[in-house]
Amino acid sequence: MTGKTVRVRDLASARSGDKGNHANIGVVAADEDAYAILVSRLTSVRVRAFFQELGVTRVERFELPKVLALNFVLYDALGGGASRSLRIDTQGKLLATALLDLTFHVDTWQD
Amino acid sequence: MQTIRIANGAGFLGDWLLAPQRLVESAQVDYLTIEHLAELTMSILARQREKDPGAGYAEDFIEILRSLTPALHAQPGLKIIANSGGVNPQACARAAAKLLVAANLPEVAVGCVTGDDLLPRIESLMHEGELRNLDTGEPLSSLLAATPGRASSGTQPSPAPSPQLPAPIVAANAYLGARPIADALAAGARIVITGRVADASLTVGPAMHEFDWRWDDWDRLAAASVAGHLIECGAQVTGGYSTHWQTADLADVGYPIAELSSNGTAVITKPPGSGGTVSRRTVVEQLVYEIGDPRHYLTPDVDCDFTAVEVAVISPDRVQVTGATGRAAPDQLKVSLAYRDGWMASGTLLVYGPDCREKAAACGAIIFRRCELAGYELARTNVELLGHGAGVPGAFFHRKYQPPGELVLRVTAHDPRREAVECFVRQFAPLITSGPAGLAGYASGRPQVRPVFAYWPALVSKSLVQPRVEVRSAKEWLP
Repeated sequence: MTGKTVRVRDLASARSGDKGNHANIGVVAADEDAYAILVSRLTSVRVRAFFQELGVTRVERFELPKVLALNFVLYDALGGGASRSLRIDTQGKLLATALLDLTFHVDTWQD
Repeated sequence: MQTIRIANGAGFLGDWLLAPQRLVESAQVDYLTIEHLAELTMSILARQREKDPGAGYAEDFIEILRSLTPALHAQPGLKIIANSGGVNPQACARAAAKLLVAANLPEVAVGCVTGDDLLPRIESLMHEGELRNLDTGEPLSSLLAATPGRASSGTQPSPAPSPQLPAPIVAANAYLGARPIADALAAGARIVITGRVADASLTVGPAMHEFDWRWDDWDRLAAASVAGHLIECGAQVTGGYSTHWQTADLADVGYPIAELSSNGTAVITKPPGSGGTVSRRTVVEQLVYEIGDPRHYLTPDVDCDFTAVEVAVISPDRVQVTGATGRAAPDQLKVSLAYRDGWMASGTLLVYGPDCREKAAACGAIIFRRCELAGYELARTNVELLGHGAGVPGAFFHRKYQPPGELVLRVTAHDPRREAVECFVRQFAPLITSGPAGLAGYASGRPQVRPVFAYWPALVSKSLVQPRVEVRSAKEWLP
């Protein structure tokens, strides 16, 4: 069994935005194999840990298998939302780009 | 089977002003939609209306309309649907009418959709238990009880509200659906100007007008809503905001067109010869943009299931979207409500040198200390080191990076007292002479102090909101 470290960037593209004080990140897999890996490895627990410092209270993941996409909703991620946030990224526009750098080890990716 | 072409020329107030003209002059479309209202745009426009009762709409729309008058002459079938009316759709309709008359288009019928503005009856709605916070379930009265100082801390010279009106609330607008737009079109409007209408409904309105669809044909309504959702953010579905940005020529990006058929099929495309790209990825990235549960994308028209949607590339820059299903629309409408929440300002300085991180942190501390010496402890503050991972706190450090030799210090403060924030913005310039060496970037002057409008997402019973439609020729809109 060969192992390999992959980044989300190797498997998918992504886009993020805001709804009040919550953010969402849509992750679009490159193909069905990539989607299967993302479904098993890119869990809501993993995503919440990745964005821990933002003060996210909960992460919910939704699957859209017909279009090979996952949608993550990050609750309370925006430091008060577009008008109250003290951060430069008031609307969570950078979150998708950040998530593309999340890495995980895939044992059977080459099989 | 009938097919109509619905385009989008703006995805928010401030979008590329030339886009609508370039779109309609390079592609034949039946409807051009203009989406100008993000969540907080209404509060910005409400503040403009406070200062001037004739303001409060997206003035960009008048500029856009000016650029479209040649197309309105040359393409008699072209219709425009815009939510640019903001908090003052009638003033927007009058401004549009004035321009049309001056452009020798006095017979063009202009429709105006109102009824979304709940501010005049906010108190009675509150007493009826409406407008609870969508996230927390809290009643609106708790907001007013919790913010006694906020009304008095705002020192703006707004027209005195009635004594009963909860002063901190500056805007409260229900999201209307497609029906008043379809009604305006049925009454002959060629230009429809609305206030707060759900973004997707700007596309559903013309579909309902053109096709023989019933208002309870949920799958068809869902199909049109998906098409509307895909084009509502302008170039975001034609190559903008894409991870794979290198592959598209974005300078002259083509804004999107949805070719919607009466069987519910939509093809997303863009004008021939324009920049950008339409691919499976651009379409699916936009499908999942700013959504919650994809099984329930709620609009005033329908409860859509996005997980049923299928996407197929049928030729270069043409992506077919099918399969959307829908259920009965919710009984409640979403309300976007904004209230005054003090004052905020951000200042930046370039900090240079191998010790720039330490110096930047020290500058932040000096700023806050000098505010204290002036008698102000600021309620909320933040110090960011731009260029050192501040974009997404924490996430940056998951990768390797080189410590920077320079960075931009950004310091932000938020306080109920305007004078406290005014004091804060005065603390940047003195750092040039009384802070560490290696600071630059003060040329743009003292940071601007701006009022904060916080967002209160809420719901209201549909039966309490009555949309109104007025359609008159341009010359009849003028006094």
